[in-house]
Amino acid sequence: MSYIEFLTSYGPQLLEGSVTTAKQTILAATLAVMIALVAGLMRLSKNRFVYGTATVYIEIFRGTSLLVQLYWIFFVLPLFGLTLEKFTAGFIAVGMNLGAYGAELVRGGILSVPRGQWEAATALSMPPGKRMRRIIFPQAFLNMLPPWGNLLIELLKGTALVALISVADLMFMARKINGTTYLSAQVFGSALIIYYLMSRGLVTPYMRWLERVMARKLGKIK
Amino acid sequence: MFDWRWEFVSDILPRLVKATGNTLLASVLGYGIAAVLGLVFALTQRTRFALVNRAVREFVEFIRSTPLVLQIFFVFYVAPQFGVMFSPWTAGMIAIGLHYASYLSEVYRAGIESVPRGQWEAATSLSLGPRRTYSRIILPQAIPTAFAGMGNYLVGILKDTPMLSVIGVAELMHTANAIGSEHYRFLEPYTLVGLIFLIISLPTAGGLRRAEVKIRKKMGLRSI
Amino acid sequence: MKISRNDYPLQLEGETIPMVRFQNVTKRYGDLVVLDSLDLDVDEGEMVTIIGPSGSGKTTVLRMLMALERIDEGVIYVEGQPMTHMARNGTMIRADNKYLRRQRLNIGMCFQHFNLFPHMTALENCIEAPVQVLGLSKDEAVARAEGLLDMVGMLEKAHEHPSRLSGGQQQRVAIARSLAMRPKVMLFDEVTSALDPEVIGEVTQVIRKLVAKHNLTMLMVTHQMGFAREISDRVCFFYDGKIEEQGAPDELFENPTRERTQQFLSAVLEAR
Ligand SMILES: Nc1ncnc2c1ncn2[C@@H]1O[C@H](COP(=O)(O)OP(=O)(O)OP(=O)(O)O)[C@@H](O)[C@H]1O
Ligand SMILES: [Mg+2]
Repeated sequence: MSYIEFLTSYGPQLLEGSVTTAKQTILAATLAVMIALVAGLMRLSKNRFVYGTATVYIEIFRGTSLLVQLYWIFFVLPLFGLTLEKFTAGFIAVGMNLGAYGAELVRGGILSVPRGQWEAATALSMPPGKRMRRIIFPQAFLNMLPPWGNLLIELLKGTALVALISVADLMFMARKINGTTYLSAQVFGSALIIYYLMSRGLVTPYMRWLERVMARKLGKIK
Repeated sequence: MFDWRWEFVSDILPRLVKATGNTLLASVLGYGIAAVLGLVFALTQRTRFALVNRAVREFVEFIRSTPLVLQIFFVFYVAPQFGVMFSPWTAGMIAIGLHYASYLSEVYRAGIESVPRGQWEAATSLSLGPRRTYSRIILPQAIPTAFAGMGNYLVGILKDTPMLSVIGVAELMHTANAIGSEHYRFLEPYTLVGLIFLIISLPTAGGLRRAEVKIRKKMGLRSI
Repeated sequence: MKISRNDYPLQLEGETIPMVRFQNVTKRYGDLVVLDSLDLDVDEGEMVTIIGPSGSGKTTVLRMLMALERIDEGVIYVEGQPMTHMARNGTMIRADNKYLRRQRLNIGMCFQHFNLFPHMTALENCIEAPVQVLGLSKDEAVARAEGLLDMVGMLEKAHEHPSRLSGGQQQRVAIARSLAMRPKVMLFDEVTSALDPEVIGEVTQVIRKLVAKHNLTMLMVTHQMGFAREISDRVCFFYDGKIEEQGAPDELFENPTRERTQQFLSAVLEAR
């Protein structure tokens, strides 16, 4: 079977899987960003309970494996009365895991804004909430965009694990086709290339674009 | 708590502890391969031959942009198509070693690039050859800078070893799965696996941070 | 590359061979001509100082002599032997790395920012190349290094890492490190520019000592006009990659003949 024949027979299935992977990525990324913002800000709190809660969350999710977390959420949570559908369990696990890494980027980004900016905002009598939202965060956001680009690629790669709880993503489809055809090089090779194109053809250019737009908004010439 | 059974825990704990040995072995072996291969990737990207530099660069980029779990399948299932049979362990070590070699090569590269140009020029003006310049002047300064990244990936590789379960390497996750399907109980094995990872990775990360401070001090380098 | 045996000799001959000869040396960065057909001879034991405005190519002269980068045209000779080129089948071809490494042994260089190896102690800095390159035994190298560290007044600090030394101390160690290779020519590139004013003296004192006691050939770039005048046998004023004017220090500082030299000197001396 030539590669062209292979693609015409199995391309549609791989495409279908890719769409699921894209959905998982977008949902997980949204969740990760929200968690990162909340946990990252909590890590800057002076309140020990708030700080401690975020720290425990981050340490648990960064200290164990994504796969362990995924299985735990999918197989163990139902015992606590919380049953998630596999698609939902998938992106929630990925989002919660990468969100913990993102929280540290948020914290680092905020700390990277020079002291003078905090002081200037305070001197203008800005209340803390406004100071964060209008002065500190926009600058922090620009600083943390490059590492977020890498994190989102990690996130995309992380979604491949949801195949192990039978979410029909690209990885899952590749395994399925491999199981019936044994054309391993073609199937897994194609899947690798699709993941590569998604990373470098979609995620990276999108993040570069976002960096440019934000830089322009903040009056930094790039 | 929610039907948590301690006697079941004490039944399965010995098996999990034994599997932890395999997890650690896989991490250390994988990291060893990655550390050496990563250096090769980093140095070959700095040769004079533009074509070699470019090819290695693209390869590293490709590996870094695609999922490890898929790479594990690829190595395990594709090799037999070309007449080579890899055991799960061999395939797993090749995949994880290559994957982390790509990450580490970037860490090394950043470390090498952080060494100021003046150090190269001083070495050149003392007639040190390229090999000695690397081994005695540049790498000793690059490695402490790279140490933080290297440490992160050591913990990272540990946390990625559960993926080896998909091709049947009998590490922690694989054992927990087996226990789960034998007894139809997942609460204890998966929770214990999570705890074991925490118990290993948290102190390791802390220890690495302290070691970094110590190394810089010992080498007379300023701390960052 | 415009090199052939017709243009340049494979080896300088004659009664007095200069220690260093720049012959028609040109260096460009892209379109920028940094050295423009430079000719410069330095005799054995001579102390030549290079002064001139920023960007005039002073550092570049030293870097080319040390062969840290390639020149575009011309030849540099050290002791009559081409430094930048080597003889192959009766013609001159560009030197390969191995040849360059051997030729560099004749030359020592001290940098503006010292460039000591931070992961080695002062002593280790000084024995590294003698052991690794010259093949000295560790004991010989240590003995040699200790003598030199003593000469620059840094023997007590021999086991300190550079991060624990002041700028002036680091620069003195750097001088000892270069001397440990027993070069015939020493290059100093603004060795006091990165130093606090109160420690400049300790470094210039070491250079004075070298001039007085050793028969080293030296090429020094400096912005310290007083020191240049006091210590040099000859001063070269660089402008736009060329020697605009050169002569004995008293001559050049008292009666500069070129307008650019006059402007430069009055600007520099006024700034004090
Ligand atoms: N690697 C390089 N690439 C491009 N241009 C360079 C490079 N190195 C030096 N130049 C340029 O060459 C010119 C001469 O540089 P050089 O360092 O020799 O000046 P200098 O006389 O030592 O000046 P200063 O007193 O500031 O040290 C400058 O215009 C500089 O910008
Ligand atoms: Mg200069």
